[in-house]
Amino acid sequence: MAEEEADHRGGLRVNAVHLKLGALAGVVKEALLSSYELACEGTGLQGSRLVIDEIPVVVNCPRCLGPRTVDSIQWFVCPECKGPVSEVIQGRELQVFALEIEE
Amino acid sequence: MSSQPRLVEVRQNVLKQNDIVARELRQRFHDAGVYVASLVSSPGSGKTAFLEKTLTLLRPDFRVAALVGDLATDNDAVRLARSQAQVRQITTGTLCHLEAAMVRTALEGWDLNELDFLFIENVGNLVCPSSYDVGENLRVVLLSVTEGEDKPLKYPTIFNTADVAVLTKMDLAEAVEFDLDAARANVERVRPGMPLLEVSSKKGVGMDDWLAFLRHLSRTR
Repeated sequence: MAEEEADHRGGLRVNAVHLKLGALAGVVKEALLSSYELACEGTGLQGSRLVIDEIPVVVNCPRCLGPRTVDSIQWFVCPECKGPVSEVIQGRELQVFALEIEE
Repeated sequence: MSSQPRLVEVRQNVLKQNDIVARELRQRFHDAGVYVASLVSSPGSGKTAFLEKTLTLLRPDFRVAALVGDLATDNDAVRLARSQAQVRQITTGTLCHLEAAMVRTALEGWDLNELDFLFIENVGNLVCPSSYDVGENLRVVLLSVTEGEDKPLKYPTIFNTADVAVLTKMDLAEAVEFDLDAARANVERVRPGMPLLEVSSKKGVGMDDWLAFLRHLSRTR
């Protein structure tokens, strides 16, 4: 996908791929980092870095009426009022956010 | 002159392709009026037994079908075919989960208008299926009493993406000293408010509640 984007922009050299990874994405950061180099071999992205931006889970608390960051995905509780929270508004991301390119 | 690197925003979801196909499937299911439930759990937690019982009990009154995913063998499809429902096996090879495109391919030749309920049994795995939408209306996560009460805490992501949890093999709960309160509390911690049903597919216990739940959802979707 990142390679396609780079091609799309005239085959520029990609130094790094920036990825947003939500805590609820179901993907482990370490696994992504260790497989990245292998996946890039023989492609236009060979030699590029993968920069992972970890995104915490943010929920909408029905009592505090606002976004709250959940401390642990093993406990969906509002950090302010300590009540249960279920409406996830951030944290499922698995997104190629940006490319660092050289012109 | 040396060039300066610069950052270009692209904002592309890695699973975009799957999400597009899943959306298309959901629309087809909606247009055909078929209610679709997917089943996820670890291997051996009783998905196939639960599904066989579900199909058998629904079949006199509803038109039902199932897709069943496994890495290899069509054993599950053979078991499910005993219910007389239409069943198709999806063999994923080495892939540990179902993707929307596999579901689309498996549905080829079936007239969805002829169905009331379609069940999609995912590959036994509590990790990867959580990230892949297959166009279902309802995601059911199964947890058997023999697995231990703390599974929801070990695999919070899959429990958090599910709509209902089903505790299976309740007939063995006493023998394995299963702590039902702890299991309830753990499910509540990772997915507050999610309904939790208790069943024994083997003894048929709890199936009435499950079927009533399913029928209610399919009517009020």
